[in-house]
Amino acid sequence: MDFLNFGTYPELMFIDVIFLFIVGFIGGLVSGFIGSGGAFVLTPAMMSMGVPAIMAVASNMCHKFPKALVGSIKRAKYGQVDVKLGIVLGISAEAGVLVGAHLQQHIKETFGNVGSNLYVSTVFVIVLGIVGSYVLRDAWKIYHSGNHDEEEKVTALARWVRSIHIPGTMMYFSSMKSTVSVLFTIPLGFATGMLAATIAVGGFIGVPAMIYILGVPSLMASATELVIAFIMGMGGTIKFALEGQVDIRLAMIILAGSLFGIQLGAIGTTYVKAYMVKVVMGVIMILVLLSRGIVIPVYLSRLEYISPLNDSTIKLLESVSFGLLIFALSVGGFIILYALIHGMRAHQKQHQELEEPIATD
Amino acid sequence: MEKKKKLLIETVVLGIVSAGLYFSLYYFEDTIMMWSKGYKESGWLFLTPLVVAFIFSAVHGTFTSHFWEFFGIKAKK
Repeated sequence: MDFLNFGTYPELMFIDVIFLFIVGFIGGLVSGFIGSGGAFVLTPAMMSMGVPAIMAVASNMCHKFPKALVGSIKRAKYGQVDVKLGIVLGISAEAGVLVGAHLQQHIKETFGNVGSNLYVSTVFVIVLGIVGSYVLRDAWKIYHSGNHDEEEKVTALARWVRSIHIPGTMMYFSSMKSTVSVLFTIPLGFATGMLAATIAVGGFIGVPAMIYILGVPSLMASATELVIAFIMGMGGTIKFALEGQVDIRLAMIILAGSLFGIQLGAIGTTYVKAYMVKVVMGVIMILVLLSRGIVIPVYLSRLEYISPLNDSTIKLLESVSFGLLIFALSVGGFIILYALIHGMRAHQKQHQELEEPIATD
Repeated sequence: MEKKKKLLIETVVLGIVSAGLYFSLYYFEDTIMMWSKGYKESGWLFLTPLVVAFIFSAVHGTFTSHFWEFFGIKAKK
């Protein structure tokens, strides 16, 4: 059944709509919890439905900014958002997006589609390999230390960053209860934007950078990332809308599911220990890294850097890679749902013992 | 009990409005998509996707919040 069809825009089947709704839901769940996620599955998923790459990116952007808006408002109610830091990082991230997109375009023109894919996968593997393993190791250490309720320690690097006073550049941020030079925040925002333009998930740099370099508590970092995502998504949508590339139907179908998810993810953050943000983020990053690493031989073979692979091997590697992406998102969603249910039950039990009101929103 | 009833009514109303928006998007699909592509003819029509996104996020976002709250899923104080 042709469910939706319009001129130069792709036709959508009913099954595609259901699939996008479900992936949108899980992506929203993860975004509400760790501040980003979902895009790494949504963009290739749309492309597999016959949506042109640029339209898939544009439509993903157009669902991202309203989702981030709803999520950041929700988490601001819980006192988790540093709006000022989000805006400062968001503006520099926007610059990073523009430069990153330009770099992508240049690589595509020079090395073609395969070269561009190889560049994206290599960035995925390097960034997620370094940052993901660090985040996961940190979460593992906290879990094994047994001090789950202890306030998060500010890293030595963050203490050093805060200690540098450069006149005329210092800003106070409530999440850090400290001043920091914008000369440190600008490159961090810029890198977040560059990554967003390259692999669609800037939060894989933005959130760890806020935690480890600026010393922002994990829950506040993940919530503040939603403000950055809103600014980047809004800027990106304007850019693509000017080119007429946004398929609003695709964006709103994904948004339908993702707004259900983002509410749950945001609620989940009020029931869990702070280190859970690192657990979910680290696990997703490592699984996504595996997914992208698997297809690197395909691109190397097409560029004739290694001996050619046969078609069935290429198809198998690409299928395993896409399956791993879906698995990464699903595992993240499962951990969040488990943590939410576990946290709610524990709270309910505590409430029954104390006979006090349970919760307010 | 009164609070729960009020929440149910609000959730149902928001759900109907949200569904109405999605139906409108489907029903007026041709016009909306034409406006999205009509940036060359009229300077401001390129804003169509943004306006649609903001309206949907406000209505559907409030609905989904009420939806989970109705089923007892709400934040810890």
